[in-house]
Amino acid sequence: MRDRNLIWRDMDWITVGLYLMMVFFGWISIYSAVFNEDHSSIVDLSQRYGKQLLWIGAAIFIALLILLVDPKFFSQFAIIIYGMHLISLIMVLLLGKEVAGSKSWFEIGSFAIQPAEFMKYATALAVAFYFTNINPKVSHLRATIIAAAIIIIPAGLILLQNDTGSALVYVSFIFVLYRRGLSGNIFIIGVLFIFIAILALLLESTAQKMVLVGIIVAILAAIFYFSRRTLRNGLRLGAVLVVLTAYLFSVGFAFTKLQPHQQIRIKVLLNMEQDLQGAGYNVHQSKIAIGSGRFFGKGFLQGTQTKFDFVPEQSTDFIFCTVGEEWGFLGSSLVIVIFVIFLIRIVFIAERQRSVFAQIYGYGVASILFFHFTINIGMVMGLLPVIGIPLPFFSYGGSSLWAFTILLFILIRQDAERMKLL
Amino acid sequence: MIMHKDKYSDRKFIIYGFFIFVGFSFIIRLLYLQVLDNEYAYAADNNARRDITVYPPRGLIYDRNGELMVYNEAVFDLMVVPGQVKDIDEEMLCQLLEIDYEDYQKRFKKAKKFSSRKASIFEKQLSKTQTAYLQEKLYQFPGFYVQARTLRKYPSASAAHLLGYIAEVNDKELSSDCFYASGDYIGKSGIEKSYEKNLRGQKGIKKLLVDVYNREKGAFHEGQFDVPAVNGQKLYTGIDLEMQMYGELLMQNKIGAIVAIEPQTGEILAMISSPTYDPNKLVGRIRSANYSTLLVDTLKPLINRSLTSSYPPGSTFKLAQALIGQQEKVLNNNTIYTCNGGFHYGGLTVGCHPHNPNLNLQESIMISCNAYYCNVYRSVIENPIYRNSEAGYRKWREYITKLGFGVKYGIDLPYETTGNIPKPEYYDKYYGKGHWNSITTISLAIGQGEILATPLQLANLAALIANRGYYITPHLVAQVGDSTKRNALYTKKNQSGIDPRYFEVVINGMEDVVMKGTARSAFIDSISVCGKTGTAQNPHGENHSVFIAFAPKENPKIAIAVFIENSGYGGTWAAPIASLMIEKYLKGYINSARLPIEKRMLEGNLINYHAR
Ligand SMILES: [Zn+2]
Repeated sequence: MRDRNLIWRDMDWITVGLYLMMVFFGWISIYSAVFNEDHSSIVDLSQRYGKQLLWIGAAIFIALLILLVDPKFFSQFAIIIYGMHLISLIMVLLLGKEVAGSKSWFEIGSFAIQPAEFMKYATALAVAFYFTNINPKVSHLRATIIAAAIIIIPAGLILLQNDTGSALVYVSFIFVLYRRGLSGNIFIIGVLFIFIAILALLLESTAQKMVLVGIIVAILAAIFYFSRRTLRNGLRLGAVLVVLTAYLFSVGFAFTKLQPHQQIRIKVLLNMEQDLQGAGYNVHQSKIAIGSGRFFGKGFLQGTQTKFDFVPEQSTDFIFCTVGEEWGFLGSSLVIVIFVIFLIRIVFIAERQRSVFAQIYGYGVASILFFHFTINIGMVMGLLPVIGIPLPFFSYGGSSLWAFTILLFILIRQDAERMKLL
Repeated sequence: MIMHKDKYSDRKFIIYGFFIFVGFSFIIRLLYLQVLDNEYAYAADNNARRDITVYPPRGLIYDRNGELMVYNEAVFDLMVVPGQVKDIDEEMLCQLLEIDYEDYQKRFKKAKKFSSRKASIFEKQLSKTQTAYLQEKLYQFPGFYVQARTLRKYPSASAAHLLGYIAEVNDKELSSDCFYASGDYIGKSGIEKSYEKNLRGQKGIKKLLVDVYNREKGAFHEGQFDVPAVNGQKLYTGIDLEMQMYGELLMQNKIGAIVAIEPQTGEILAMISSPTYDPNKLVGRIRSANYSTLLVDTLKPLINRSLTSSYPPGSTFKLAQALIGQQEKVLNNNTIYTCNGGFHYGGLTVGCHPHNPNLNLQESIMISCNAYYCNVYRSVIENPIYRNSEAGYRKWREYITKLGFGVKYGIDLPYETTGNIPKPEYYDKYYGKGHWNSITTISLAIGQGEILATPLQLANLAALIANRGYYITPHLVAQVGDSTKRNALYTKKNQSGIDPRYFEVVINGMEDVVMKGTARSAFIDSISVCGKTGTAQNPHGENHSVFIAFAPKENPKIAIAVFIENSGYGGTWAAPIASLMIEKYLKGYINSARLPIEKRMLEGNLINYHAR
């Protein structure tokens, strides 16, 4: 009993406070986005803000439950939790309901739940479990491959549901691996590959691509010239050339295999196409909405762009538009600052853990939230392609809110325990 | 489990740095979008959306020959979205609408109170010049736009009571059906009311983009969020418009009603209530003034007397008594009752006019002998097979009800009334249980006393006799839309429980009425009309005149009831008018020999009686 009371003392109230702030601000934004004069009561369950209120209540209940569970439960049963969630992903592929081309929802009566959302915290638990219980004799490469498998399996299943956005979230685990010792070159290589991919799409003809290959050959030759001119180095650089050239051509080929709407989204982002009514429409309208907020914003419920459905999915993926329009530069910068502080706080919490499990899990939490934050806001502001993933704690939706709440509060529960592990 | 300082610990700083870098980039981007670049704010101004309700044309209404009875005419309302109104020349708008500034502010406030984002009507039914002028100048009045609606037009200017009228929804209708928005029209009477859901169709929505100059910039999202309007369904009525108009002409300067029914189908061929009004008067801007005038008119032109007013049926009721007596086996054609100036019982006398004293059933109909029917009624009520008078009366009332009296049919018009056939409980209360019998209620025998029937019920009795035993529920609309599926209520045969063979003598009697009896004025030499006159006593003045009939005798095509207030004997006015209607319907014209009768009917003015 004494332990339970200690939770309230040892819990990281700063994080909880930031969490509650974001949930509240998110709800305000949903209310404003779907505000309808005919249904202005905040508990009107026919409206999204009424439902979201219900889900916030449930989320807080879930958070309390997690705080009451023994923290060892999560570290010991991590693999079982992970396995059960994997099964739910397979089940949804077989039995789920197809919504807008993605088969990712379970429907129970009028209530729909999206298992992919809950897979994230389960994967974070599994990764943390793996690194905690790793056999030190296992080679570094092998450990990396197994860790990668833990991450890629759920991502692959989600990709099969046709939910590309949710699958991409698993890329964020690179941060966890990086913190565990994965070479930092991975980021340089990643950036290089993205850069070449963009060039590959911009240079449409084979001749142009050959020019690029020529440039690469020249650079590699220069590197060879200025480094030690050994056969071994030469072979290495030759291998790099082959890989890059093959990649360059396969990107173009892979692009044609994408679905047409995805192709257009990418082309619009690269300014290769002006499509203000089609794929570019969402982003264009969302930029107008945010831009029209100016410095101080139009004020609560005063937005004209986010109402009237100019911005599609205004209460889900594009919720940040409402913030931008109604609260202006002041309000939206504040939201970004809060998010960054929140993310830094989570890493800080992770770092102060004495248990490897809790630390790695903490990094998992930070990585997932950071990825969502970056992709979502980048998309809404037209910096990144349109990838439909929610803004944590803000976007409308029960599944995502609950999943993020579980993700966060497992960490808070572990953290509250850290004092006892002296 | 417990961790030691690991060699990658410093990497956390790179991660912190990365978070801060992303946050910083976002804030720079926000600064650019929201503060430095005006382009987006400007684009937002151009991004006003306007939702225009597309009002579907209300269903058209036709008569039985495909003649158009009601069509639509476009009118324009000036709409306002208060939230989009800025910097307009209010004075100019006031001038345009011919309103003063105070009125302008009042209207604007009202619209804003309703909603600043949703449109409300600012000025109803603009005139054509106003519409044209406003369309030109609209760019100067952002937030205002012109919206088309449809109003009703009645080319024949007739059948006002049947068609009814539409008017703006009231608050109660607004709150009970979410289909309606303030300013919408709804059927308030007639078939406009009873077929409202079929006639109104489904409203559509057209979403338009509008720029700062109040110019429409095309469809929002290429129209993919538009909802197309669905036209109201057409109504095909059984009305014969020509006969309807002719009846209205005959009934001018008279108070009363005519109901004509096609016996086999129950379709109403004509239904006239007089005085009537031109339905075009209750449309548009002139509506409210005209409505008030009609409402205070002492002759009550807004009431449909055909089914809302009830009168004592008088002698026409004797037909029902003759049928019931036969079915109850207390009467056959050879039953003879003697009349010595009336029916005498104790101190009670029901008077009768002078005639040959000994009559059989068929003759009694032609002569319309009161004494005969008092005896028939008595023999039904006091029939020894029933326990007492009350039981006999109950049986009689059961028959009468099945013959269509004292009940509502469910006609497709609002405000149908039941008339009155007293329940035994009524007499129990009046005289005390067991203290009343056929003598106490003897006036019912001849259609007087407490008994009341609507003209519709009397026309229905004629149809029932024409059908030799059943009636189809009378109705106006034969077909809704393009569906050939009929309302089951309007195809079902309502059996009277009277054996068809008992109708022959009654029908022969009715034929005699027209050939040589009380309704010789209804005689048409090429058509065998079967009828019965009636005179309903009116304690307030001249008696009401009634006539019911059907024709031809074999395979009847029309059954009719004519009721004229304060016009004396049934034979004087009601019968000739009925015969003219029949002739018009069956032949299409009036025989030249009968033109003097037509002239007399058209010129007859009976309203002064009422005023007296
Ligand atoms: Zn007599």
